Amino acid sequence: MANSVIDQSTLISLEKVERWYGAFHALKAIDLSVRKGEKIVLCGPSGSGKSTLIRCINALETIQDGSITVEGQLLDGSSKAVDAIRREVGMVFQSFNLFPHMTVLQNCALAPMRVRGTSRADAEKLARKYLERVRILDQAEKYPAQLSGGQQQRVAIARALCMEPKVMLFDEPTSALDPEMVKEVLDTMISLARDGMTMICVTHEMGFARQVADRVIFMASGEIIEEAEPEIFFKSPKHERTKTFLGEILAHH
Amino acid sequence: MGPVGANEFLFLLQGLKWTALLAVIGFIGGGIFGMLIALIRSSRNAAARTASAAYIALFQGTPLLMQLFVVYYGVALIGIDVSAWLAVAIAFTLHASAFLGEIWRGSIEAVPKGQAEAANALGLHYVSRMKDVILPQALKISMPATIGFLVQLIKGTSLAAIVGFIELARAGQIISNQTYRPLLVFGIVGVIYFIICWPLSHFGTGLEKRMAKAAR
Repeated sequence: MANSVIDQSTLISLEKVERWYGAFHALKAIDLSVRKGEKIVLCGPSGSGKSTLIRCINALETIQDGSITVEGQLLDGSSKAVDAIRREVGMVFQSFNLFPHMTVLQNCALAPMRVRGTSRADAEKLARKYLERVRILDQAEKYPAQLSGGQQQRVAIARALCMEPKVMLFDEPTSALDPEMVKEVLDTMISLARDGMTMICVTHEMGFARQVADRVIFMASGEIIEEAEPEIFFKSPKHERTKTFLGEILAHH
Repeated sequence: MGPVGANEFLFLLQGLKWTALLAVIGFIGGGIFGMLIALIRSSRNAAARTASAAYIALFQGTPLLMQLFVVYYGVALIGIDVSAWLAVAIAFTLHASAFLGEIWRGSIEAVPKGQAEAANALGLHYVSRMKDVILPQALKISMPATIGFLVQLIKGTSLAAIVGFIELARAGQIISNQTYRPLLVFGIVGVIYFIICWPLSHFGTGLEKRMAKAAR
């Protein structure tokens, strides 16, 4: 792999990334390169390291060895690098993590005001734009707890978009949702993908993977076992563990 | 036995004034330093965490009465002449900051971890993360305990009598000694304490309910 020469269009590059939790080896020499506009679906059994992997990209987890570069900015442990990377990387969590004491609008306007120094009026304009984008502008004055799970997750997506990130990380965004709300969130993600957003999604929604992903990556025990275009990945997985996993996942869906 | 009339009652109210003032000073001073203690206690710096834990342990593990003595006589010992007022204000501030610091530390840690993570992921820095995201939620969680402590503090001001303060309880004792009607006088004193403390507790409950509704 030509890892040393970073392609012009390479947005994220991970090289030999290592992460332990005590004696538990969570990430083992992970190499991953994400091009601008690429949509990646990360899947694998629980505890396989997929969430840890994307949480390393925006420095919610620290790595113990290897390197992570986002848009040419090396994550070197300095707070300056962390700031720079978090400005470019948006994240959506499994449990939404909206701020419960703020209205939907305030949730979205906070970071532009505090991080970018945008005026309140402009931040709220921005917030309304992205709330419209996820089709939930009519709920702008409500508190998160007054919304359904699906609505909350769409607000969380809008909140991340308000920082106008270059990459969006999704950490099992539909796993905490009731089945009937999964679609509205996936539809939002699909439309985001169509607009050319670079996305890394940890998800078990294989329908979404087929429809949107440029690459599906299968992880197990902290390693990338297999990666391929969705067509190939689902039709003819090479590794035994991938086959077993797909068998289990597809039986449930 | 003497009568308990308007003059005696006025004297009690004079005492009440000092009680209220002491509680306010303790609560404001303790609130400011207590917030500092809580932030240090939940910071990443291990040495600072240990130091603030020791501070809390010291003031939670000794009687308020002893803290008053130590500040009042101790500060004089090292040659600084402090008024009783200043000494008592310092003692109550130290005392309240340790308790409020511990209450608020617990509340900060009770805010779900996902909140700080979301704030971090959005690029919010420490000040904004605390001021905008964590503390509003933590203070809401702490409300019953904070108000409970304030009520304790108001009642605790009676100990200031020991260094010469004529606050409500001491005023009651003086009137009682003059009139030989301890039951009546301390009954009145008790009612006055209750009139202050009960609405406060009630207010705390109401506040909690209102905030819970906003978050629902």
